[in-house]
Amino acid sequence: MSITAALPVGDLAPAKRSSVLGTLRATGPAGMASAVVIGAATFVAVFGVVIAPYDPNLGNLTQAWLGPSASHLLGFDAQGRDLLSRLLAGAWTSMLGPLLVVGICIGAGTALAVLAAWRGGALDTVVSSGLNVVFAFPGILLAILAAAIFGAGLIAASLALAIAYTPYVARVLRGAALRERGQQYVAALEVQGVSALRICIRHIVPNIAPLIVAQATILFGYAMVTLAAISFLGLGVQPPAPNWGVMVSENQQGILQGTPLPALAAGAAIVVVVVAFNVLGERLFEVARRGGR
Amino acid sequence: MLVASLLVASFVIFGAVYLAPGNVISALGGGRSLPASSVKVLEARYHLNAPFLAQYWYWLTNALHGNLGISITLRENVSTLIASRIWTTAGLVLYASILILLFGIGLGVVSGLRPGLFDTGTLVVSAVSAAIPAFVAAIVLIFLFAVKLTWFPAVGNGTDLLDNVRHFTLPAIALAISSLAVVARVTRAAVREESQREHVQTARSRGIPPRQLIRRHILRNAAIPVTTISGITVASLIAVAAVVEVAFGLNGLGAYLVQSAQDKDLAVVQGISLVLVTAFVVVNVLVDVLYAVIDPRVTLGARAQ
Amino acid sequence: MTNAGPLLEVDGLSVHLRVEGNERPVLRDVSLSISHGEALGLVGESGSGKSMTARAIDRLLPDGARVEGSIRFDGAEVGALSGGDLRRYRLRVAMIFQDPRAHVNPVRRIGDFMTEVLRTSLRVPRREAGRRAVEALAEVGIADGGRRLDQYPHELSGGLLQRVMIAAALLTEPDLLLADEPTTALDVTTQAEVMAILDELRSRLGLALLFITHNLELAAAVCDRTAVMYAGQIVEVRLSSLLHADPLHPYTAALAAARPDVDRSSARLRAIPGRPLSSFEAPQNECAFAPRCEYARRPCTEASPPIVRIDGGLSRCTRAMELRGTLGVAGHTEATSQGEVGPLGAAGGGADEPTVGPGGQLGAPPPSAPPTGRPAGTLARSEG
Repeated sequence: MSITAALPVGDLAPAKRSSVLGTLRATGPAGMASAVVIGAATFVAVFGVVIAPYDPNLGNLTQAWLGPSASHLLGFDAQGRDLLSRLLAGAWTSMLGPLLVVGICIGAGTALAVLAAWRGGALDTVVSSGLNVVFAFPGILLAILAAAIFGAGLIAASLALAIAYTPYVARVLRGAALRERGQQYVAALEVQGVSALRICIRHIVPNIAPLIVAQATILFGYAMVTLAAISFLGLGVQPPAPNWGVMVSENQQGILQGTPLPALAAGAAIVVVVVAFNVLGERLFEVARRGGR
Repeated sequence: MLVASLLVASFVIFGAVYLAPGNVISALGGGRSLPASSVKVLEARYHLNAPFLAQYWYWLTNALHGNLGISITLRENVSTLIASRIWTTAGLVLYASILILLFGIGLGVVSGLRPGLFDTGTLVVSAVSAAIPAFVAAIVLIFLFAVKLTWFPAVGNGTDLLDNVRHFTLPAIALAISSLAVVARVTRAAVREESQREHVQTARSRGIPPRQLIRRHILRNAAIPVTTISGITVASLIAVAAVVEVAFGLNGLGAYLVQSAQDKDLAVVQGISLVLVTAFVVVNVLVDVLYAVIDPRVTLGARAQ
Repeated sequence: MTNAGPLLEVDGLSVHLRVEGNERPVLRDVSLSISHGEALGLVGESGSGKSMTARAIDRLLPDGARVEGSIRFDGAEVGALSGGDLRRYRLRVAMIFQDPRAHVNPVRRIGDFMTEVLRTSLRVPRREAGRRAVEALAEVGIADGGRRLDQYPHELSGGLLQRVMIAAALLTEPDLLLADEPTTALDVTTQAEVMAILDELRSRLGLALLFITHNLELAAAVCDRTAVMYAGQIVEVRLSSLLHADPLHPYTAALAAARPDVDRSSARLRAIPGRPLSSFEAPQNECAFAPRCEYARRPCTEASPPIVRIDGGLSRCTRAMELRGTLGVAGHTEATSQGEVGPLGAAGGGADEPTVGPGGQLGAPPPSAPPTGRPAGTLARSEG
C-alpha cells in the first residue's frame, strides 16, 4: 500500500478565526439581507427618538384613529399620537429587553458550559442536573411570577427570562465545549503547562464562538417575542412608554372598530425584526456547523 | 428527575413571596392595608410564625391536598377558582396541539419528501410564521376572520361544545401558528436528513418498494427528532396560552393568572403557577417516555443529554 | 452448468455527478466483466471510483447522476430496468457495505432487517422467513439465530453486524454479490473471520463476487482476477496470481512496492509521491498517473493512454509494451504461461468459453501459444 497520507497536523492547530465580514458573506443572500434589517432596526432603536418627526408621547385625542395623511405617514393611534413616531421610538424598549436577556444568558451559559465541560466528572453532573431541573420553568411563566412579586417592568421580566433561558443555552454550548475539550490541541496545550483558564478563554471559547453567536441571534428573536407578549399583557413595559408590544395592546380596540393600522403596524414591526434574527441565526448555525470540525 | 423538578419549581413559587419588597404580610395582601383580623387569619393559614422550611412544608402539603389558599380579591378558594377555568385552558391547548401535530408534521413530511416549489414555499412561509408572536397572530386573525369576514366570533368562550369549538378556533390557530412553523421546519429537516442515510440505501439496494421505504425507514426514523420538537412545543403552549386568552377575552387560567399578577393576588398567582408548571413537567416526562419507546437505543431520561 | 457469456458486463461506463451545481466526472470509460461464480477484486485508493462503480451496477447513484455506457446483467441492460424488473434484479444482485452500523436501520430489529425483503418482494410468510433467516445466520457462523432476530443493531458488535448483513444479503439467493469494503471498518481478527466466511460461502454457493477494497493483497488473496482503478478509470486487470509478480501498470507496481515487507529491509518506505487524484481532478488528454509515475516519458503526457491487452491481462499505459516484465518486485518469470490457464476461463485464460476482455475485445490467444503482447496499435482503443 502506498503511504501517501501526511501526518494529521490539522488536528493539532486551533481553528482560524474568520473575519466578521467573511462570516457574514458566508451566510448567503438571505443572511445578509437579514443583517441589513437588523442593522436598520438597531439604528432606529438608538436614534429613534431623534429621527421621529413628532413627539411620540404627545397625543391629541381629537385626532385619535385618524388614517394616514401627507404629514402623518401612518396616521394616529388610539391616543391621538403620531403612529410613525411612536413606532420609531418604540424600537428602543422593544430591543433593549432582549439584548439584556441575551447578554446574561450567553455570558452565564458560556461560563457554565465551559466550566462543566472542562472539569467534567462530579461538577459536570451537578451542573447538568441542576440545569435540567431549572429547565422546568417556562420563561413566560417566570416573568409573570416576577411581575406579580416585584411589580410590572422591563427589567424584572428580562431578568426572569434570562434565568429561564440560561439552562437551554448552557446545555447547547456544553456539548460544543465538550467536543472542543476533547480535541488534541487542547491536550497539547495542557501538556505544555498552559493554565486551564487561559486555554478556556484563549482557545476553547473562540473556537465555539461561531456557535455562540448563532445561538445568541436566535435567542434574541425568541426573547423579543416573549418580552413583547409580556408587555402586551401589561406586565412589562408600562404605557404610556412607547413599546411595540404595548402598542398592540393599546390599539387592539382599533381592530374591532375598523381602524386596524396602529395595532397591525406595531405587530408587523415585531415580526419583521424577529424574522430577520431568525433567518440570520439559522444561517449562522449552518456556517458554524460547516466551519467546524 | 420529575419529582426533583417539581420540588424545585414549587419551592421557587413558594419562596418568591419572600423575595417581594416589604414583609410577607404586605406581599400576601398585595400591598393593600389589611385589618388586624385579616392579618391574624393570614398568619395562621400560612404558619408565618413557623420556620421557613416548615412553612414551605405546610404550603406544599396543603397544595397536594388541593388547598391552595384563598384569593385576596375574590375571597374564594383558589382551587375553586382554578377548577372553573382549567377546562378553557386545557381545551385551548389541546385544540392548538392537534393543529400543530396535524399540519406541522404533515407539511414537514410532504415538503421533506418532495423537493421543489412546494418545499421552497413551505420554507418561506414557515420562516415568517415562526416569527409571529401569538398575540400578533391573534389580532391579525381577529381582523381578517372576525371583523372582515365574520366567520368566527372575536371574543368569549361560547356556550355549548360546538359553539366552544367555534369560539376557540381562532385562538387555537393564533396559539399554534408559530409552533406549527417550527415543527414543520424541524420535521422537514429530519425527513430530508433521514432520506440521505446509508441504511435507506441498503434497503433500496435490497429492492424494497419506495412507499415502504418511506414509511418504514425514513419516516419511522425521522419520528425521533420530530417527537422531541413536538413535545417541546406542546409543552410551551401551556404557558403561552395566557397571551392568547387575554387577546381573545377567554376565561382561562392564563388570563386569570395575568389578572392576578396585576392585582398582586399572590395566592392565586402561586396556585396557578403551580398547576401550570406541573402540567409542563408532566408533558415533558410523557415526551421522554415516548422518546424511549420510539428509539430502542436510549433508556429513559436520556433525552436530556 | 455455466451459461454462455459473462454474468455481469460493464462496457464503457462513465458517470458524472452533480456536485453543488457543477457536473463532475467520477467514472470514465470503465469496463469489466464477471463470469458466473467468479470473484473479481476492485482495488483503488480514495477517490478512485471503485465504490461508485458498484453503486452504478446496483442502480444506487444519487439523483442527477448522468450515466453513459452499458451495464448488462445476464444479457439484460440494467439501466433500462424499472418497476418489477428492477426489483427482481435487486434480488439477484446483492450488495454489502463498509460500515454495518450506518447501513442497518438502528430502530428496527435484526429480524425485521433480514426478513423484510422476503416478506415484501417474495411474499414469504413471516414464520417461514424467520426460519430462513435463522438458517442464514447459522451459515455465517451465528449460532443462536433465534435470539439474535429479536435484538437491535446496537446490541451487536461490528463484526457480528457485518455477518448479519452478509447473511441478509444471501437470503434472496443472489447470483452476484457486490462487496464494498466489507472488512475495512473491522479490526484485523474480525476481518479475517469475515473474509473466510465470504470465501467459503462463495465457493459453496457458486456466488459471483465483486470485491472492492483498498488493500491490494487482500483482493489478490481472495479473488481470481483483480482490477486496479485510478482517477475513475481502470488501469489494470490481471489474474491475481500474477498481479504481484508481474504487474502490467506502474501504479499497481508502486502500490505493491509501497507496502512494508517483512522480507525486505530498506532505509525508508517507498511511498508514491504526490496524492491520489479523483476523476474530476485528472487531466483528460494525458495519462492521469503520469505526474506521479517514475516511468513517465513524453508520450505519456501527450495523449490518453490506450488500453493494451497483454498476457490476457489489461493495462492502460502508454508504455505498457516496453515495461512488460520489468515492473514486478520479484522480476518477471516464465510462470506466466502456466498462470494463463485459470479454472474459470478468466480473461486470457484457455477455458472453453470465449472471453470478453475488459477492453471489449473478443478472443484470446490460444492457451499453448507463448505470451506475446499485441502491438499497441491494433487492439488499442483511442480515448476521447
